[in-house]
Amino acid sequence: MHPAKSVILFTTVSGAGYGLAILFALFDLAGMVPPHPAVSLAGLGLALLLVVIGLVASTFHLGHPERAWRALTQWRSSWLSREGCMALITFMPTGLYLAARLMGKTDVIPVLAGATVVCSVLTVQCTAMIYASLKPVPAWATPLTPLTYHVLALASGGLVLNALAHTLGFWRSDFVDILSLLLLSGMVVKIVYWRKIGRASATATAESATGLGEIGKVTLFEGPHDADNYLMKEMGFQIARKHAMRLRRLSLLWGFLFPLLAVSFASFTQGVGASILVGVSLLTAAVGLFAERWLFFAEAKHAVTLYYGNDKV
Amino acid sequence: MTSLPHQTDKKLGLVIDLDICVGCHACAVNCKEWNTGGHSAPLTDNDAYGPDPSGVWFNRVHTFEVVSEDGCGRMVHFPKSCLHCEDAPCVTVCPTGASYKRVEDGIVLVDADQCIGCKLCSWACPYGAREYDEDAGVMKKCTLCIDRIYNDTLPEDMRVPACVSTCPAGARSFGDLGDPDSAVSKLSDRRGGYALMPEQGTKPVNRYLPPRKPHRTDAPNALSPVAADGAGTVARWLDKILSL
Repeated sequence: MHPAKSVILFTTVSGAGYGLAILFALFDLAGMVPPHPAVSLAGLGLALLLVVIGLVASTFHLGHPERAWRALTQWRSSWLSREGCMALITFMPTGLYLAARLMGKTDVIPVLAGATVVCSVLTVQCTAMIYASLKPVPAWATPLTPLTYHVLALASGGLVLNALAHTLGFWRSDFVDILSLLLLSGMVVKIVYWRKIGRASATATAESATGLGEIGKVTLFEGPHDADNYLMKEMGFQIARKHAMRLRRLSLLWGFLFPLLAVSFASFTQGVGASILVGVSLLTAAVGLFAERWLFFAEAKHAVTLYYGNDKV
Repeated sequence: MTSLPHQTDKKLGLVIDLDICVGCHACAVNCKEWNTGGHSAPLTDNDAYGPDPSGVWFNRVHTFEVVSEDGCGRMVHFPKSCLHCEDAPCVTVCPTGASYKRVEDGIVLVDADQCIGCKLCSWACPYGAREYDEDAGVMKKCTLCIDRIYNDTLPEDMRVPACVSTCPAGARSFGDLGDPDSAVSKLSDRRGGYALMPEQGTKPVNRYLPPRKPHRTDAPNALSPVAADGAGTVARWLDKILSL
């Protein structure tokens, strides 16, 4: 599948925003972040900002962005529509939660924080289901897709929260324990995912696509046109296995291991050293997670390629 | 609404006979010709005579080589357009309601005025039936020529999809595959018509008729070689002279 930059940006950045909102709300409920308005403004405000950046980016790949509101109408059948609706709905509890913190209304915090968590989780689930519900792309049509989206949203949001905690002075050592667990989980989920797609048996073949399997082995002799068409450009994206392996290693190291080391060292460091390490954790994670999401698209094979020379998907 | 109808009154579709198709691409060309002035007009045609042509086609003809276990190969020309699936995933994924399946005849269409060009429907279709129009920013697809089949201003024998009317070999038939007594249903039953990629669970309406088996099954698969490998020119001359 063609890895469109706008969609990669949307899924990673809005994912980090929802992850940040979820962890901030949970930590707040557990009394792990100070109920100070400035802290809430930074945490929840940044979460909302990341979500907005992601959503705006997602409209860049549309042919008619001015009609994007129409995407809110078909939630009965479409995961993309559900995603749009949930993204809008989630602004309500998160915005009210932030407002309550700014105005010091503590009695409504548990309800609003809880609603923020539930809505954010549902939004990430909807985003992942857009991909996981596509049967023609077997590498996506697996429960590992939503699991990956959830874990990576939390891990990236956790890194942002950790950075905020360092900057605003509410850092605690258990932040790093939780963050380490999330980053390691992300690594495990990705390794399991790659093993799964590497070993998966064919869901469809050139023989089933043409129905000619009873006669014998089917290979494409001549494509319909000389030039690449939309289907080939959009669905026939191919990445060399050599590059895929290199990018997998890069995404594991930069997306999980380097941030893990950086936040761990930062917890033993003070002042500028800690700030630099926390900055490194964010930058390396951004590189690694973009690579991960790029691969998620680039490595996924679509059934239509069976009509264009691929033998199985 | 992008929820699918529980049932459609008719299941209009095509029956394509792979035994007859000669791969002339006339169906694809006439499809483009008609539809660039029809319901989804115009069909983009960029750099049509240049080095890198691109554009929207509703119907494309692929050619496959099929080699049996005993090494007998044959060429199969394979036209492919929208199969107007009963469980069309391209319809249910549409977030805007632009994609829909008609209750009256089962035809899957796109309302270009509602399409936001998110391309998700083209990802959901395993068959590659939908093509995005970069110029118009909307998705386009085979309409089964709704602007021909219900067109009272055309003579009655012309009220079939453009691909069907133009096929010089008679490889394409059009009709109601939901009616077991229709000519296309009977043709499909008689010839063992099948659906493409049934494992995708889309329940395509269109049917393909398999190429018939060769008449002579006792024919040799390949001729025996005329010269043994590696024999030089002089040796082959000698062989010919001595064989006289």
